[in-house]
Amino acid sequence: MSMRSLVHGKAEGTCLKLDDPLSFWGGFDSASGKVIDRFHPQHGACLSGKMLFMERGRGSSSGASVLAEAIRLGTAPAAIILIDEDAIIATGALVAQMLYGIDCPVIALRDRHEWQRLSALPRLSVEAGADLVVLTPPA
Amino acid sequence: MELSETDREIINGDHGRAAADALQLVLKFAEAVGAPRLLPCASAHVDGCLYHGQASLDFVERFVALEGRVKVPTTLNVGSVDLIHPELFVGDSALGAAGKRLMEAHVELGCTPSFTCAPYQTLLRPRFGDQLAWAESNAIVFANSVIGARTNRYGDFIDLACALTGRVPDYGLHRSENRRAKAIVEIHGFDEAGPDQAGGLAVAAGLFTGKHCGDAIAAITGLPRSTSEDDLKALGAAAASSGSVAMFHAVGLTPEAPDLETATGGMDVPVAGRLGPLEVAEILSSLSTVKDDAALTTVALGTPHFSLTEFDRLMPMLDLAPFAVPIYVNTGRHEWERLCADGRAAILEKAGVTVVVDTCTYVTAIIRDLSGAVMTNSGKWAYYAPGNLGVDVAFGTLADTLHSAKAGRVVRA
Repeated sequence: MSMRSLVHGKAEGTCLKLDDPLSFWGGFDSASGKVIDRFHPQHGACLSGKMLFMERGRGSSSGASVLAEAIRLGTAPAAIILIDEDAIIATGALVAQMLYGIDCPVIALRDRHEWQRLSALPRLSVEAGADLVVLTPPA
Repeated sequence: MELSETDREIINGDHGRAAADALQLVLKFAEAVGAPRLLPCASAHVDGCLYHGQASLDFVERFVALEGRVKVPTTLNVGSVDLIHPELFVGDSALGAAGKRLMEAHVELGCTPSFTCAPYQTLLRPRFGDQLAWAESNAIVFANSVIGARTNRYGDFIDLACALTGRVPDYGLHRSENRRAKAIVEIHGFDEAGPDQAGGLAVAAGLFTGKHCGDAIAAITGLPRSTSEDDLKALGAAAASSGSVAMFHAVGLTPEAPDLETATGGMDVPVAGRLGPLEVAEILSSLSTVKDDAALTTVALGTPHFSLTEFDRLMPMLDLAPFAVPIYVNTGRHEWERLCADGRAAILEKAGVTVVVDTCTYVTAIIRDLSGAVMTNSGKWAYYAPGNLGVDVAFGTLADTLHSAKAGRVVRA
């Protein structure tokens, strides 16, 4: 199985890997862009503008609203790179694109090794469309 | 993606601009989840009325501006304020106003102003086999498990987009092959349980199933005959709190599980756990953050919203009044109208019971005194409130909570 673009678009940023999946509802503050789940290993980390590597989605479907609101406010990650597809994260990013015309591409890599390898890079740019997903490390 | 004749009409704008716009989101969502086509949808239950920021409002106002109307019967989940008793809201007023507008904008789109998490009780009861676009975790589990209707775990935005188009993506629990049990939870030692005990057992079974089966559908065996529909509601709500549960089978009780073989489709599936009286007591005691005898400031009932049959059980217990602490009961406004009409609302008020409609005491600022522990018979309330409200909680059966309200401290009936 190859990688899939769940939400198309272009983005670039510093890579940040979350050690555990995060529920955007209750776990992330759209005003500050920070992780507020006090049980999360990266509690306090700022996700704004990052190429966010998260294994999979988690938690309430209200997470879609929180992500869309963060994209509106400019506090969201630049892109979200998952291993497995996630409907809630995809929905939040699709709606922000529809309402505000702001891209936050969401990719399902479907390959843990590739996900690990890319997450260790300092920076990454992504260009995701229906037929092609291009992930480029810095030259 | 296979497009039907109806899909093409919607895309062409034959069903209005809002439907055409909303279908784009449904199609992109369908693509993201890998659904090959859309299905006609019988009803929707929309959970967009809790305000999570400007984006919540921008989304629904977009369709109001396009003069959208929902294409199928659509109920609304709880909002941030009790529109019938707005004075109960004690939170920030700007937030209250935005929350109120969000609720009203949905009604302008033709949604029924139900504001309940349990639309299946008196309002819009789906039929067996109906394809639905429902949000709200407890309602999803109830519709799939207790009624045998079919919905995935829809939620913010996509629920309304399905309602505005009358279409739902064909994947997951919409398909028969994905509705079979993949795990078994065996309960023993409760054959003779009475109604009060069956209520507690249902919560424990639900919490266990959510924690240990996650999104794998469980077949639960050994629930007593005294298990009511309200207990199955509580089971589903608890399971959807501790795990991503969208469906369970209660063997011998729910429509797709007349027996274990039917529930599993004849497949050999693993036993995820065995629960006897000891394990059940342990699970339930782990829900409380305070010990028995601790002082209480409030009792909170009705998460999910109390049904009329639950009020039937509650009313005789009001003979225990006067109570030392206030009792809040969440219910739907349709149930509330019935209580007003038949005189029970007045009896509840006289006994010191505050009936809250349109919202829920665990998601919004309603309970005035949170300085001490709150007691509840709801596994869902007990699971979420310590995080949402920063409050201590004690769990008990319905009878426990009323006796404790009288004593002003945690006691067992």
